[in-house]
Amino acid sequence: MNIHEYQAKALLKGFGAPVAAGVPVFSPDEAEAAAKSLPGPLWVVKSQIHAGGRGKGRFKEASAGDKGGVRLARSVEEVAAFARQMLGATLVTKQTGPAGKQVNRLYIEDGADIARELYCSLLVDRAVGRVAFVVSTEGGMDIETVAHDTPEKIVTVAIDPEAGVTADDIAAVVSVLKLDGVAAKDAETLFPLLYRAFVDKDMSLLEINPLIVLKDGHLRVLDAKVSFDGNALFRHPDVEALRDLTEEDAKEIEAHKHDLAYVALSGNIGCMVNGAGLAMATMDIIKLYGAEPANFLDVGGGASREKVTAAFKIITADPAVKGILINIFGGIMKCDVLAEGVIAAVREVGLQVPLVVRLEGTNVALGKKIIAESGLDVIAADDLDDAARKIVAAVKGA
Amino acid sequence: MSILVNKDTKVIVQGLTGKTGTFHTEQALGYFGTKMVAGVTPGKGGSTWQGTLPDGSVAVLPVFDTVAEAREKTGANASVVYVPPKAAGASIIEAIDAEMPLIVTITEGIPVLDMVKVKARLERSKSRLLGPNCPGVLTPGECKIGIMPGSIFRRGSVGIVSRSGTLTYEAVFQTTNEGLGQTTAVGIGGDPVKGTEFIDVLELFLADPETKSIVMIGEIGGSAEEAAAEFLKDEAKRGRMKPMVGFIAGRTAPPGRTMGHAGAVISGGKGGAEDKIAAMEAAGIVVSPSPAQLGRTLTQRLKG
Repeated sequence: MNIHEYQAKALLKGFGAPVAAGVPVFSPDEAEAAAKSLPGPLWVVKSQIHAGGRGKGRFKEASAGDKGGVRLARSVEEVAAFARQMLGATLVTKQTGPAGKQVNRLYIEDGADIARELYCSLLVDRAVGRVAFVVSTEGGMDIETVAHDTPEKIVTVAIDPEAGVTADDIAAVVSVLKLDGVAAKDAETLFPLLYRAFVDKDMSLLEINPLIVLKDGHLRVLDAKVSFDGNALFRHPDVEALRDLTEEDAKEIEAHKHDLAYVALSGNIGCMVNGAGLAMATMDIIKLYGAEPANFLDVGGGASREKVTAAFKIITADPAVKGILINIFGGIMKCDVLAEGVIAAVREVGLQVPLVVRLEGTNVALGKKIIAESGLDVIAADDLDDAARKIVAAVKGA
Repeated sequence: MSILVNKDTKVIVQGLTGKTGTFHTEQALGYFGTKMVAGVTPGKGGSTWQGTLPDGSVAVLPVFDTVAEAREKTGANASVVYVPPKAAGASIIEAIDAEMPLIVTITEGIPVLDMVKVKARLERSKSRLLGPNCPGVLTPGECKIGIMPGSIFRRGSVGIVSRSGTLTYEAVFQTTNEGLGQTTAVGIGGDPVKGTEFIDVLELFLADPETKSIVMIGEIGGSAEEAAAEFLKDEAKRGRMKPMVGFIAGRTAPPGRTMGHAGAVISGGKGGAEDKIAAMEAAGIVVSPSPAQLGRTLTQRLKG
């Protein structure tokens, strides 16, 4: 689960991190009031969407002006003018895709006198199974570009979960970031508190890009991107409350309610599969035979009839779907349960597009019999290759 | 021979008295007479569990409060964990502390930072952990731990290792249909932090004389497949190699999106399918573009 920059900064501030004063706003009037409440003479007007690359992004609408999604203002009037242009407009960045995202909130922040821009993130380094700091002197840039062009400038410092952040760990980070004087002193408190925030709140990513050294030598968190481990939200109702549903796909929200793993994609063949690996493989094989999947959907191991019905409704609600492929290899899931769920769903919502069903595994004979005797127009497939060929042919022929 | 589990493996079930634990224990007892010896549910020690096997017969197992007690009383050398995700991390640590040699965790959805704690404890122990979020391990005719459907297996010569549950079944089913059969199938799980990696299992398969060939199924995310490919190259230089077929799921997955498994995400430009396929091919693995062609591709590879 992702949150907005201003929410991330408020959260980090609660742990004692140095962040600039700032106010989230939803209207130009609020933006003007926010600017007046901050000291100036420099303000930053930042689009709050769940996507990176905002500064270099551009708005679709000409009325939003030709500046990016993060703007520097030198007067209260300029803050209000930018807010009028940006609120409600659609920001396209390299992470939003061509459709872009509507900007519904801005963050008005006090400007900073920047001496140096650094990069710092925390994540779970799966190679060692530990939380790790990833740091670089190349802040303020796209870190993927740095990783590609100059990988030697990115250093990973993994933290022993039983020892926490040690003096040696801090020294390692300070050395990589070439911090001295006041900044090195700040580092002694900043890096342990970032680690504590990461662990206490079950984050999956905490990215500060840039972490800045101010002209007075102090460190400051200038931008913050935080994601949380969805599996740990049960112990963080405060984090769950930060969820912004307007940032999420409606079909994905509905899927989440039914405990289905669903990701919307851009093709026209809807998929329902059990198991994440098989679901990805089913997308891959559709592509291999020359078509594109409309979604990733894993109904899970022990899916009930109700869950299968919900999954079928989510798939058919997508107007882009011109055909459906159901691929089930029953282990825990029984093929007869799947068959009954599909039939119930088709009876309820109807079937406007070709449906190919491939069943294998537990109770397969019974599952196939139930579908064959249902009288529904279902195309049966023998294996995954056969299933993919049949659905691609059906969609292309339609 | 087989790897990890055989007819002498004695298994206790953590979370036996739940619905999932009960169903899969009945299945395990039904297939190959797997030696399921006890259950562990805190607070239910001293009671018994009763299950109905697929053939209709009834099985009764003792239930203990702790893993240590269950191990001491039954001589178990493996544990399978079906405990719900909120409590599963603590259950795995309990099994590590009881010095259980093999711990197989089926539970999906354990918080990653709980697994970071488990991993730290595991590194200082003698236990091997499979999973979490895995389908388990199965040696046909001898022992079934976890949730793999026993009916699709046949004893044979192929070692199977996979990050994905249902794709493991595809590989098993296809190698059965090709008449090759399996020595052991191992699910290592779809989570980013886990107990056993490809390299650990490949080492066991290379050392197992009965395993004549290997199917390895990876997916997007992380760099475990690349690490495995490097390992295989090094071993080949020492003259240790077996014919291998591979598959990588997620060629068409968009970057930045988690595809069901917590570990299946292309992030920061890393973990994409093409890099993994290239690394595996460079290590001599024949990578099948279709998940439906694993068995046939292996048969062709074995013909030379």
